[in-house]
Amino acid sequence: MKYLAQQAINALQLGSIYALIALGYSMVYGVLTMINFAHGDVFMLGAFFCLLLIAIVPVPFWLALIVVMGATALLGTLIERFAYRPLRNAPRVSAIITALGCGLVIQNTTLGISPYARPMPHLIDNATYQFAGITVTTLQIIIIGVSVALMLVLDFLISKTSFGMAMRAIASDRATVSLLGVPANQVIAVTFALGAALGGAAGLLYGMAYPVVSAAMGITVGWKAFVAAVIGGIGNMRGAVLGAFLLGGVEVMTVAVLPSTYRDLISYSLLLLILVFKPHGLLGKSTIHKA
Amino acid sequence: MIGMTSWTKSRYLPAVLLVAGLIVTAILPSTGLVNDYLQFVIVSVAINAILCVSLNLVNGWMGEFSVGHAGFMALGAYASAILTVKLFPSAPAALIFPAAVLIGGTVAGLAGIPVGILSFKTRGDYLAIITLAFLMIVKSGLENIPYTGGPRGMLGIPRLTTVAWAYFWCVVAFWAIRNLVYSKYGRGIAAIREDEIAAEAMGVNTRTAKLVAFVTSSFFAGIAGALFAHQLQFINPSSFDILKSTEILVMVYLGGVASLGGSLLGAGFVTILTQCLQPLGTWRMVVLPALLVLLMLFRPGGIMGYRDWNWLKPRIPFRSKPDVKDNGKEEIVP
Amino acid sequence: MRTLPVFTAILCSGAFFLTSCQPTKPSVKIGINAELTGEMPAVGASCKQAAELFAEQANKEGGLSVGATKLPIQLSVVDNSCKADQSAAAAQRLISQDGVLVMVGPDASSCAIPAGEIAEALGCLMISPWSTNPKTTVDSTSGKTKKNVFRACFTDRFESPVLAAFATKKLNAKTAAVLYDVSSEAPTSQSALFKEAFEKAGGKVVAMETYTTGDRDFSAQLTKIRETAPDIIYLPAPYNDTPLIAAQARQLGIKAPFLGSDAWSSPDIIKLDAGKNLEGSYFCNHYSTETPNPKAKQFIADYTAKYGNAPDDVAALTYDAMTLAADSIATAGKTDRAAVRDAMASTRSFDGVTGHFVYPEGAREPAKSAVIMQIKDGGFHWVSTIEP
Repeated sequence: MKYLAQQAINALQLGSIYALIALGYSMVYGVLTMINFAHGDVFMLGAFFCLLLIAIVPVPFWLALIVVMGATALLGTLIERFAYRPLRNAPRVSAIITALGCGLVIQNTTLGISPYARPMPHLIDNATYQFAGITVTTLQIIIIGVSVALMLVLDFLISKTSFGMAMRAIASDRATVSLLGVPANQVIAVTFALGAALGGAAGLLYGMAYPVVSAAMGITVGWKAFVAAVIGGIGNMRGAVLGAFLLGGVEVMTVAVLPSTYRDLISYSLLLLILVFKPHGLLGKSTIHKA
Repeated sequence: MIGMTSWTKSRYLPAVLLVAGLIVTAILPSTGLVNDYLQFVIVSVAINAILCVSLNLVNGWMGEFSVGHAGFMALGAYASAILTVKLFPSAPAALIFPAAVLIGGTVAGLAGIPVGILSFKTRGDYLAIITLAFLMIVKSGLENIPYTGGPRGMLGIPRLTTVAWAYFWCVVAFWAIRNLVYSKYGRGIAAIREDEIAAEAMGVNTRTAKLVAFVTSSFFAGIAGALFAHQLQFINPSSFDILKSTEILVMVYLGGVASLGGSLLGAGFVTILTQCLQPLGTWRMVVLPALLVLLMLFRPGGIMGYRDWNWLKPRIPFRSKPDVKDNGKEEIVP
Repeated sequence: MRTLPVFTAILCSGAFFLTSCQPTKPSVKIGINAELTGEMPAVGASCKQAAELFAEQANKEGGLSVGATKLPIQLSVVDNSCKADQSAAAAQRLISQDGVLVMVGPDASSCAIPAGEIAEALGCLMISPWSTNPKTTVDSTSGKTKKNVFRACFTDRFESPVLAAFATKKLNAKTAAVLYDVSSEAPTSQSALFKEAFEKAGGKVVAMETYTTGDRDFSAQLTKIRETAPDIIYLPAPYNDTPLIAAQARQLGIKAPFLGSDAWSSPDIIKLDAGKNLEGSYFCNHYSTETPNPKAKQFIADYTAKYGNAPDDVAALTYDAMTLAADSIATAGKTDRAAVRDAMASTRSFDGVTGHFVYPEGAREPAKSAVIMQIKDGGFHWVSTIEP
């Protein structure tokens, strides 16, 4: 029993990080109906910005988090402004491919600048707590705690503030919204910034959890988080979180029971199964569609 | 003289040129004019061209976004390799290779059926995810089969892909897909891209069209995979991951969507540039996507999006004046 | 714009033919197939630097003596990104396009094996400095030893029993757990051979857990290992995975010491181990910077002077591989691949930077000594040497 409980804590940690990234994907998809493939690399840059920051001036964890989130938010806004906005009215596929291209450029530029993996310096004192035979570290508590806090803040933002209402309005009908006086471009820019900030936070937390940072870490985690967002229903924030924890759980539990080579097989088969029965994800809205 | 047209417009010219090309590529290795490495690059271009044109069928002409192409390629590669390495290791090359390639294509084509069926109900981004899931399932599945070497892959595949074979299959792929695209099925596929509901209303059997598109696309991806396996002599599941799919996507969208010439151009350009920019190291993978992004911003369809060179298009019948100036601005463009 | 497609087509063909033109100048071409990018860039960098040092030293004296003349060495370095298919392509490029006489590298076994197939097919001598996997020199279809592929290091068949003996005798370990990368050749064969040797020495392997290249989260596997309470944990993982695994293991409360293979040998492993979780761990290596061997001392001094950091075992083995290649070329007396290969095959003993090599007749790898090292106080320290 405690073995399963221990694995559950591992799953929670992994799921929290996926959730932060998946939220970024869902937010952007919600307002622009576009899959931002560069998001995974923004996540990776979150960890690298942290490394850069600590190398210049050692700061405590909470300050590093704020700075990194700010930096990635800025990056997200820039990408949106120069790569996606010109393609706002172009065929959707062009925007997706541009996103893919941007992601590759970011990843390989980082790889070119820093081909070697780097160690993540310690930002917190990591104490281990043992109770009932389960080990929990301060790090895990912080990761899960910070992720949940950010998710709650986002949820509040979307459902209870006027800005959130604007976001939801743009998600429904972009053309009409501008007629009603909502500054669509600004709202979209801020949405991107928020999504990127969450991704950056996820990168920092991931770097703390797995302290060897390399430029290639954006791809695998990025795609997994994207899958999580889709499982939950892309465009739906709560769905993204649900999907992320589900994916984290499935991944950890698969490896807990079977050899690790089955992990991807089971995760993606589960995804396929969910999509066959619920083509718009677990919490997604289904539209009338000819079969 | 009456009835005599210039030889460039002769209906037999394409066939003659193709056969000549086959002969040239068959004797090329023995002339020593082109060294092994250049042959390797030419074969790679051919394989990538087949991958491009087959992906273009689904992504370009049908307007979907499939990221699972590497999965079909993997199935073709492994199926053909099992044949040549495990089942018939001592069969004569001239017999076993075409059989292996065809079987690789067939296996991949059969795998295209479930994906095609899944595409009936889902479109757009959800179909993209389904193709991604398919790719990861294939890759992960292959990692768990010890018979084919598991995650460490299969060694010792005989070097059977020659420039001639690569050229042959490339021509077959282009010819088949060209004929498909300019046929009624092709019109149906293009109609689905434009407006699926209207197409259905106009009598296009969308289910058949989708199935045909997916199966043809995956069949040729399987063929490309088989050629790839017999060129590299070694395959492992991680050669067929999302990065490989991304590479093919880059080639398709760079060269031009829904375009045969674009597929050839994209494949050639990216393959050759990748080899030439070797000295740049990692930075070459910055140059290529950056080019792609710039291209998307100014020319969203790719270099040759939705257009084709005339010599790739089939001759339109009932043309009464064979020497009418043809400036390429055909109205009938699928 | 119809000119754009035509323009790109011309650009392609132009670039193509331009790169196939080679400047001609008499020299001895040696190819380096290295992992400059990818999972282990430190290994590729060491290999490249050691090769360049050797070439520089040789060229200062006019080059290698080939027959009656001295020809300068020209190095052709190609990156294989630590990927098997790119390694095959790199070998192809080096042998066919650049026309090298000898190929040195790749170092990672997963890259060396396919490159070896290409070298064998094209009949070019290949010396891998660091690949310990037995499969590198064995033809996968016929099962016979390859003609053209040699090594400068010992194989896992020697290394794993050495480690097993060390674990049972010096560390008094009765039970061991193994965590390895199942998608990579080197760790898989090392784990299998370690299990065999450990059990033969009277121990018991209580857990054999796996992961795939690129995985970061090992908590599930390590939790399983924790349940079995092993005396030691064998981690034949490369230098950038090991600190991660060690950190997660310690976080889960696993106190057992770690034991590593020669894949740990890059000093980067200490840099990446910010939490000092590997302090006190042992691993097997090809040579130690604390060696009394005068040749080695000279090499270490030259390398440190040129590059600022001490050479690791990959660098030392590459230097030895280059020396072996150079000696074979000198013995052959001409720039002919078959003759150079035969000269290499006829080498029986050799004294290099990494010790004394003995190549029995028909063998492709040398019998030489291994060293056990310990990670302590931020550096590698020599513990003992084991003779073949």
